[in-house]
Amino acid sequence: MDNNLKEIHERIAEIRASALKSIAEALEARDLPTLAEIRIRHLGKKGIITAILKTLSGLPAEERPKTGAFINALREAIEHELELANAKLGSAAFEERLKAEAIDVTIPAKSGRFGHTHPLTIVHDEAVDLFLTLGFTVAEGPEVELSEYCFDKLNTPKGHPARDRQDTFYCDEDETICLRTQTSSVQIRTMEQLKPPIRIISPGRVYRKDEVDATHSPIFHQIEGLVIDKGITMGNLKWTLNTLMRGLYGPNVQTRFRPHHFPYTEPSCELDIQCFECGGAGCRLCKDEGWIELLGAGMVHPKVLSGCGIDPDVYSGFAFGIGIERLAMRRFGITDMRLLYENDARFLRQF
Amino acid sequence: MKLSREWLHEYVQIPAVTDREFAEAITLSGSKVEVTDNLRSKIKNIVIGQVTELRRHEDSDHLWVCSVDIGAEAPLQIITGAQNVSAGDIVPVAKHNALLPDGTKITKGKIRGVKSEGMLCGLEELELDTRDFPYAITDGIFIINEPDAKIGDDASAILGYDDSVVEFEITNNRPDCLSVRGLAREAAAAFGAELKLPEATVKSSGGDIADYLKVTIEHPELCSRYSARVVRNIKVAPSPRWLRRRLRASGVRPTNNIVDITNYVMLEYGQPMHAFDYSAVKGERINVRRAKSGETLTTLDGTLRALNPEMLLITDAEGAIGLAGVMGGENSEITEATQNIILESANFDGVCIRKTATALGMRTDASSRFEKGLDVLNTIPALERACELIELLNCGEVVSGIADVFPGEAPKREAIALDPAKVNAFLGAEIPAEFMFGTLRNLGFTVGGTSVTAPSWRSDIEHWTDLAEEAGRFYGFNNIPEAAIVGDVQARGLTERQQFERKLNSLARASGYSETLTYSLGPEGGVSVINPLGTDKTFMRTSMLPGMLRVVSANRDARNKNVKLYELARVYLPQAGSRLPLEQKTLILTALDSDFQSFKSEVVNILSALNVPIPEFTAETSNANYHPGRCALIGSYGIMGEIHPGLSEKTAAAELNVDALYDAKLPEATYKEDAKYPELLLDLAFTVDAEITVGAMLAAITEAGGKLLARAELFDVYTGAQLPQGKKSLAFSLAFRSSEKNLTDDEVKPITDAILAKCKEAAGAELRQ
Repeated sequence: MDNNLKEIHERIAEIRASALKSIAEALEARDLPTLAEIRIRHLGKKGIITAILKTLSGLPAEERPKTGAFINALREAIEHELELANAKLGSAAFEERLKAEAIDVTIPAKSGRFGHTHPLTIVHDEAVDLFLTLGFTVAEGPEVELSEYCFDKLNTPKGHPARDRQDTFYCDEDETICLRTQTSSVQIRTMEQLKPPIRIISPGRVYRKDEVDATHSPIFHQIEGLVIDKGITMGNLKWTLNTLMRGLYGPNVQTRFRPHHFPYTEPSCELDIQCFECGGAGCRLCKDEGWIELLGAGMVHPKVLSGCGIDPDVYSGFAFGIGIERLAMRRFGITDMRLLYENDARFLRQF
Repeated sequence: MKLSREWLHEYVQIPAVTDREFAEAITLSGSKVEVTDNLRSKIKNIVIGQVTELRRHEDSDHLWVCSVDIGAEAPLQIITGAQNVSAGDIVPVAKHNALLPDGTKITKGKIRGVKSEGMLCGLEELELDTRDFPYAITDGIFIINEPDAKIGDDASAILGYDDSVVEFEITNNRPDCLSVRGLAREAAAAFGAELKLPEATVKSSGGDIADYLKVTIEHPELCSRYSARVVRNIKVAPSPRWLRRRLRASGVRPTNNIVDITNYVMLEYGQPMHAFDYSAVKGERINVRRAKSGETLTTLDGTLRALNPEMLLITDAEGAIGLAGVMGGENSEITEATQNIILESANFDGVCIRKTATALGMRTDASSRFEKGLDVLNTIPALERACELIELLNCGEVVSGIADVFPGEAPKREAIALDPAKVNAFLGAEIPAEFMFGTLRNLGFTVGGTSVTAPSWRSDIEHWTDLAEEAGRFYGFNNIPEAAIVGDVQARGLTERQQFERKLNSLARASGYSETLTYSLGPEGGVSVINPLGTDKTFMRTSMLPGMLRVVSANRDARNKNVKLYELARVYLPQAGSRLPLEQKTLILTALDSDFQSFKSEVVNILSALNVPIPEFTAETSNANYHPGRCALIGSYGIMGEIHPGLSEKTAAAELNVDALYDAKLPEATYKEDAKYPELLLDLAFTVDAEITVGAMLAAITEAGGKLLARAELFDVYTGAQLPQGKKSLAFSLAFRSSEKNLTDDEVKPITDAILAKCKEAAGAELRQ
């Protein structure tokens, strides 16, 4: 072996030993910058490995490939050690960072960023959405209304007790303009504008001359419904309202349809649901009746149909009116209606 | 309407059903039971006893020790403080563990060392009074004087506690059910029981009514019939027990036989009656006429009533003796001195009676029946029943003949064709035809083949659907199967506008605003109500602000923090040429403890999310509700600002016209590729006079910036020592971008120069070095 070759081989061994030692020391010292520096010193463009490769040209041609392979192995060894060291140091540092970033996750959240929906709207939207799925559309109409639409065309002629000034607000001495006492006025407007089939609900504010107390308000809300088509039956009315009740109160709700009287429907009925509190046995909430009255309904009176230009011999239909306050108060356990209109933030934030 | 089941039993024997079962069945057939009062459960262990001997309590000068036979092996020893008891008296005895009507329990014990095994009861302890037992005394033990009182028997029957009182809510269309006979008819049909409604028979005592009384009706439009009889030699006395207890159960206090009979017949037949003292009726005549202007009458309750021609009077030859259908006059009242009476059974116009009763504030049992419109054919049967009772109770001699003035005729009931198939198709049921016709017959309808005629008392029946209701309610609405609607519908879902409003609601809430519902009637506004509940609820609002400020003030008073409220509702704007106001939907946002700038950000964010263009905000200095220096018009959408500190401190509000917002809504976005080339950013700071607005500067920059100026944003406002007095510095960040290439500084330079020039020209702005 000639001296030159021997020298190179000794040099390679020397470099390997020194590089590995430096890497081990840097690792011990958790010194990432030094590792980077070791990489540049050995593997960089102007580094030790490049320099020793240049000395290959001084060797006999038959020795060059073998020695070149030694040098490459040296390079790989250093690269491998550096990677290992970097990985070890890197993950440790990362972990240290994560540890330092730990916080107290039990600190309470800041609340109250979003506004709240009024309880009446919650119930209103739920009922409206349910009717939308049943193919109903939403019709709207004026609150300051002609008495003709609020009464006359609903088979409630002049002199009827419902038209008394102690019950209805009027805007003129002749009582031709009133604040609507029911959203049924929208039924009339709809029937005058649309031809059957009709399937609408009309939610909105209504007005009755009741002093404000825990169970009365001169302004309250209703959802009125109207379905007119050929062959509409009382069985359809029952299905529609039972579907609503199942939607609002769950599939096991018990309902009953009790005969009643409204001037604009014939037959007329009220819908009761079995008392949630006592399950029908009778308690304070249901006044020992076992049932709670929820809404009024009936088959549209033939006079109302013909008054709107719909032939009662061809078409039939049903209508219903739901008090939203009553639904909401039941649903949320609100016992004083005044709370709904006082708009105290402490109340509103509960919903 | 209160119904005694004991009384009902006289007309219809219903198989043994509990009060609950009775209430349920009759409710589901259409007569709604409000509540049932089971009198039996109110007293317990009270029996009939006889005091056999009594002696002074050895340790008291007012107590008596009684030995009381209650039919048991050993007599009871009972101590009483009453002084009206003697040996031999029959008395109500509360035994050990007895329950009194007020809930008191009686137990045996010792009184001053002597045992007492119960209590002798007075009327008051039994919640009765001398109207129920006129021979008894108020202070003392009730000494029973009833032939059927048997020692040892439970006292309930004698005391009238063996009954249940059912209270009904009767609908306006069924005045016939404001009577025991009417309810008996319903109950018989509901339970399939036999109905027995006997007709009254009057023996009469001779004489001729024509010699005693002449009746005329001057205003037949308000009085369709007036029937009357005269009774001579009346003996005013208490009514018998069976009658008194029925009145009491019906909620009517017994008075004397004559008054009690008129009340009894009203309850039984639903026909109000009245009795006049014959001697007080001048000229032996009765005329029914409208009151004259300025006429007055003192009614039975002692009140002087001012009358008007809308009211109907019963008059004699000289003047008013009764307010028709409401209350009799004091001048013709039955007294102990009364010898002869006139019994009235008439039919008055419902609307007239209701208006009279309302105007005078005196709704009576009579008026509340008349106002619903009564059966004109019921006056005679009721009158006859009253006279029958007078004879039965032996309290007078009924003069032969009836003074019956009936100018018109009974409303004709049209025969209605009943097609059972049509009814079933309408109800969606399969009710047997025989059931339909049978039910109608039970209710008093005349059935001939398929032709059905309603009885005189059913003025509510006009159409075959009315018959369908009769059939349906007795078949049971609950037995009609529910069936899904089959058929086409024209449209589905919310309209675009309705969806827009829901989105607006959601955005307000997402911005931290809680929804309120305020009254649309208030102390200020446009359209006014002629009969308001009060001055604070007289006008339909034309602005949401005043109502919302009241809510704000209440929340302030309650010391609520971080309050942000909104409402989307209508304002009612009177409009020329229309009878009805324009009902315009308005969104109001209100934040307590907010300032203009942070509030403006929230408003603008909502508008952006709604996809409406952000309009120019212009200072509004003259709106009295807002701070003159902190208020802006938001294009045509509305107004926002800080509320005038004179009205509310540190409150911000915005009022937005929802119609205007909806009209301004931009079309839905179509996808555009994002610009490929980067923005070239440049900051410019200007010195301007203090009154120059940021809006004016932005307008100048935008105009001069042309289409390469992608954005211009204010990032700093500075006033202070570094600047001369009256000056401020405004710093803007500008972003230039081309859609075609990377911009170079050289290409942007001329645009910057143009911006500087424009700002100088428009606002006197100098570039700050």
